[in-house]
Amino acid sequence: MEERPEDTLLQLNNISVVYSDVIQVLKGVSLKVPRGRIVSLLGSNGAGKTTTLKAISGLLKPENGKVTDGEIVYDGSRVQNLSPEEITRLGITQVLEGRQPFKYLTIEENLKVGTATRWLKPWKKDLELVYDYFPPLTKRKKTLAGYCSGGEMQMLVMGRALMAHPKLLLLDEPSLGLAPLVVREIFRIIRRINEEQGTTIVLVEQNANMALQIAHYGYVMENGKIVMEGEAATLRENPDVKEFYLGVSAGGLARSYKDVKSYKRRKRWL
Amino acid sequence: MEFFLQLLINGLSIGLLYGLSALGFVMIFKASSVLNFAHGQLLAMGAFFFLVLVSWLKIPIVVAFLITLAGSFVLGFAVERIFLRPLIGESLIFVIMLTVGLASMFKGLLLFFFGGNLQTYPDFLPAGLALQIGTIYVPPVYVASSLLGGVFLLLFGLFFKYSPQGIFMRSVADNQTAAMSLGVHVKKVFALSWAIAALVAGMSGIVLGIINGINVHEISSIGLKVFPVVILGGLDSIGGAIIGGIIIGLLETFTSGYISPSLRDVIPYIVLVVILLIKPYGLFGLVEIERV
Amino acid sequence: MRRLHFHPCGNYKERYAEHLCLFETDFGRMWAIIGLIALFGVVPLASSPYLLYVINMTGIAAIAALGLNILVGFTGQISLGHGAFFGVGAYAGAILATRLGLPFWLSVPAAGLVTAGVGMIFGIPSGRLKGLYLTIATLAGQFIIEYILVHWEGLTKGTMGIMLPSASLFGWAVNTDRRFFLVIFACLVGLTLVASNLMRTRYGRAFIAIRDNDRAAEGMGIPIFGYKLLSFAVSSFYAGFAGALWAYYMRSISTEPFNLGLSVEYIAMVIIGGLGSIPGSIFGAVFITGLNEILRFLTDAMMNMSALSGFGLNMASLREFAFGLAIVLFILFEPKGIAELWRIVRSTFRLWPFSY
Repeated sequence: MEERPEDTLLQLNNISVVYSDVIQVLKGVSLKVPRGRIVSLLGSNGAGKTTTLKAISGLLKPENGKVTDGEIVYDGSRVQNLSPEEITRLGITQVLEGRQPFKYLTIEENLKVGTATRWLKPWKKDLELVYDYFPPLTKRKKTLAGYCSGGEMQMLVMGRALMAHPKLLLLDEPSLGLAPLVVREIFRIIRRINEEQGTTIVLVEQNANMALQIAHYGYVMENGKIVMEGEAATLRENPDVKEFYLGVSAGGLARSYKDVKSYKRRKRWL
Repeated sequence: MEFFLQLLINGLSIGLLYGLSALGFVMIFKASSVLNFAHGQLLAMGAFFFLVLVSWLKIPIVVAFLITLAGSFVLGFAVERIFLRPLIGESLIFVIMLTVGLASMFKGLLLFFFGGNLQTYPDFLPAGLALQIGTIYVPPVYVASSLLGGVFLLLFGLFFKYSPQGIFMRSVADNQTAAMSLGVHVKKVFALSWAIAALVAGMSGIVLGIINGINVHEISSIGLKVFPVVILGGLDSIGGAIIGGIIIGLLETFTSGYISPSLRDVIPYIVLVVILLIKPYGLFGLVEIERV
Repeated sequence: MRRLHFHPCGNYKERYAEHLCLFETDFGRMWAIIGLIALFGVVPLASSPYLLYVINMTGIAAIAALGLNILVGFTGQISLGHGAFFGVGAYAGAILATRLGLPFWLSVPAAGLVTAGVGMIFGIPSGRLKGLYLTIATLAGQFIIEYILVHWEGLTKGTMGIMLPSASLFGWAVNTDRRFFLVIFACLVGLTLVASNLMRTRYGRAFIAIRDNDRAAEGMGIPIFGYKLLSFAVSSFYAGFAGALWAYYMRSISTEPFNLGLSVEYIAMVIIGGLGSIPGSIFGAVFITGLNEILRFLTDAMMNMSALSGFGLNMASLREFAFGLAIVLFILFEPKGIAELWRIVRSTFRLWPFSY
């Protein structure tokens, strides 16, 4: 499919992020998110995936982080270093890592907070929509969120983000610490949201296998840089990704030190 | 028996006043985790503002009351905007000391303009408000303050439970980052909570002024008595503030009635230490839901 | 003779001992000695009695502020009861002197020890409470101690107050401002040395570890409750010591001065001087005592001018206002306090004209 430039919803051009003025976490990350697609961001711990998301959503500020270089273009305008309130009002919503519901609010109140960006508009219909996507929430409307199970919490925080009508949804490790069946269910719902609502999604994952099954395009990060990118299908077949992220070694052969070296060399060049 | 009942009534009404005074304090703490040592001065500000309007400018009571509420609202908003906002994210001691500094500034200003003498409002409460229960006489001010307290408590309960802004305020208190990620305007919430707290404080100040007369030192010391009240009730519980206030009020009147009047002022603090040692989250405070 | 140490142009420290030494350069040591000679040789002779009185008060305040800084600045436990501990020290000193007839040199440190014990009792909540809860507990401590001082009349004579015998050191009567100056400042210098050395030992490091992250400190094997109590004890010892000196200097004490306002003043000294800085505590004491005196002077001057006397009466309240304003301004604009300003000034001079 031919991509025209206006189809790009979000573009990161060579951005650098520095925490507390000294710790450089991102070193020139560029990526492109086409409208209406699911883009997956893979990488091991500390690669800078979460930081990338926070750079987009403006949540770096409270952590004393800053985009020092490069630009983030969303829907044709530069948004780097805006405050989170402004960014969420433009239609970007991030779902934080590690399921952070408001523990002392009920499920329904939690969902209501999701309407903060447009709290004078009607919201009953959205509530129905969220309950439709996440049926388990329906029967726990009045429960304190702190007493829900992990899967319900994940559904809750995603539902809460949906209440904001995001154009761009940033999901940070939705599968973290969940049972495989629940993970599959959640990924199915992510796919459905993308198809039915047309929401563009950036998906950060450790679970590369699942992520690449539903994503259209993928980026691999290492040490604050993008080291590899490609169509999801291509990435899935890539021997390096297979070996290092999917945990399948090529042809079942024992890994030799030489292969690792060649991969490392390649990484340096990328 | 009659003595006991009189003490009970007195304790209840004083306690309700404490609770009312503590309401604003709890609100600030709930939204922004700031321990406000200037709360007594916020009470005094409201009381004196009302005094100026009623006694000096002779504005009708109801109008003056509303203007005072509005003025307190603006004052709280300004305090947050000018003094507290630069300190968001700073360590606890700076925030505490800032409010201590503010307390001394406000107190100095009030003393400068009004002096340290006792002042009183003109008598405006209808005598018909007084209650006679058997042999016990309840003066009209106590009835009026109980009514006001009840109404405001109900209003705030509803506000926090159902209104969007109330829910946003609770969400910020719960998890600031998550609230921010959903586009809740955290700074606006802080400002709003200060404004509302100052409004409640202004109102409580007026009621205190009606009952005891207005004296800067007197009202300031009530600002400190808020601490035992809120610790007893749980720092973040609005209902707890009221019940804590009533318990402290009863404790005070009964101690001074049956044991020794001089013990009256220190007994709340003794209770405070005991509570802190055995149940730091208070009677009604949220016990931390900790799960990973 | 060994080579003199100057400021190196970078961080060339190779051994822990170099990090831990009190004076980084020989110039620092030299200035310290010159300063001490000037302090003891020139100040008492060149000052008027009133000025000397103010300086003495500053010295006493500095001792108490040092103690509070150990607790707040180094161990991270906020205390709003330091004024009450100061009072405990004053009363302990007075009671030891009048009832037991202890001599001056013994009753002052003994008062410090008594206060340290009291401080440990009020430090017990720190085992369970953190942050603002502990702050509130110390606030309650302040009120409870005040109450005890007023109402335990058998011991403290309540609101009557206590008169102390005049101080004397081994036959040398300490009865003038000038003599008191020598005693107070000798104590201050000694206690400053103790405090700075304490921070170089394992105890000091444990305090700092607790301040920075008490969970992590516990994980490293530091028994945090014990160290917190120790910090309360040391800090109260300083307060008590200063209180006893104050009692001897005043000759008569009553319960009024040791109120919450005094505690706030000490916290203000520590914050304005600089949290976690030994010289900062002294700067803070100088600043607050100085500010108090200047404001009092202004008030008196206004009162004496007949045209302004009505205005001057109100000025007394503006003292409270100015005091609060100073705290607020420092917190908003220079939260690291005078110690930081002093460091900036010093390094500007040292590096001038090439400041990079």
